[in-house]
Amino acid sequence: MDHTRETEEEALLNDIASMLAAFEKERANLIPILQMIQERHHYLSASALQMVAKHLGVSGCEVYGVATFYNQFRFYPPGKHRIRVCLGTACHLRGGDIILENFERKLGIKEAETTADREFSIDRVACVGCCALAPVAIIDDTVHGHMAPSKVEGLILGFEIEKQREKRGKQHGESKQ
Amino acid sequence: MVRLVVDNRQIETEEGATVLQACLDNGIYIPNLCYLKEMDSPPGSCRLCLVEVDGYNQPITSCTIKVKEGMIVKTNTEHVRRLQRTAFELLLSVHHVDCRRCPANRSCELQRIAKYLHLGVKLKRFEQLERRVKIVQDHPCLEYVPSRCVLCGRCIFMCQRENGQAMLSFARRGLDTVISFFGEGDKARATCGQCYACVEACPVAALLIRNAHSQ
Ligand code: SF4
Ligand code: FES
Ligand code: FES
Repeated sequence: MDHTRETEEEALLNDIASMLAAFEKERANLIPILQMIQERHHYLSASALQMVAKHLGVSGCEVYGVATFYNQFRFYPPGKHRIRVCLGTACHLRGGDIILENFERKLGIKEAETTADREFSIDRVACVGCCALAPVAIIDDTVHGHMAPSKVEGLILGFEIEKQREKRGKQHGESKQ
Repeated sequence: MVRLVVDNRQIETEEGATVLQACLDNGIYIPNLCYLKEMDSPPGSCRLCLVEVDGYNQPITSCTIKVKEGMIVKTNTEHVRRLQRTAFELLLSVHHVDCRRCPANRSCELQRIAKYLHLGVKLKRFEQLERRVKIVQDHPCLEYVPSRCVLCGRCIFMCQRENGQAMLSFARRGLDTVISFFGEGDKARATCGQCYACVEACPVAALLIRNAHSQ
């Protein structure tokens, strides 16, 4: 597992390096570069930030400071299941923050983070266009309206059961061979 | 030399000096947190150094205006004091006040300003917000205490000045804003720990030399 992550990181850095060449070494390019990385890889890793700093000749902490100021950048790879909790006006009024908190507590991560096993990530979004269903959470491509704190546990459990079933299915397949 | 009148007293100062610097040099104290005399363009972010100047209809930050011949400045009007108190109270509302256990006790700028404005350090007008920000203490020789930091930026300025490139910077935003050492990587580890200009510049002991004190 760790090994694949290493090569993954390497591939990511190689890709960024090749893209960086197209950007002039000007401070004004900092945000466009960060956006490019976010778009291609969906997050900014620590070594990616360092690489950008080096390219532009600024310190790593400066790049980090700029990147953390904006909501559009993530610092963790997205999880296999992406949980997005709506905190738009309607959802906020109907307790969206409590829903978010429940997901955070259940998974032991904060919003904009990813669990260590990379199964889940949590994000907050601002209005997904179905306010009548508030509070809303979107998990992968499914909209869950009228969310309640008590539903959080069940949703996560559902994914865990599914994962185990998959695993068992695989083992089964292997033992057959 | 430029002459100006501050609180009915005539003072003299060099051309190009800020009103704040001129006053401080002449023994007239004006509360200030985010200013250092080495700064070319002070950020003017703490809003404590306000004064009234003839010709301006609003109090103005003395760290960002330059002296002019014949200028008439008042540092202690009711309007100025009211604004200073509010700014100070807001600052303290997110400051973890625990003077007895703080290494800056007695040398803290906040204590000095509180005394000057005839305020305590336990204030009630605004709700006290504890800044519960998570940080990773990964710096080899510095320790950072976010709940004390007033985000004045003096440390960043001094680091930049001493090393040509700041090795610490503001990160995140709003109530979560912190000073971060991200990427203190190998190169920085070699340079950092030699000047401690940041620690010296900090008005409140939010930046400390690691291990040099007990928590
Ligand atoms: S650590 Fe100290 S010097 Fe730096 S911003 Fe915070 S209060 Fe100011
Ligand atoms: S506010 Fe949540 S869907 Fe509109
Ligand atoms: S010292 Fe002038 S605004 Fe802070």
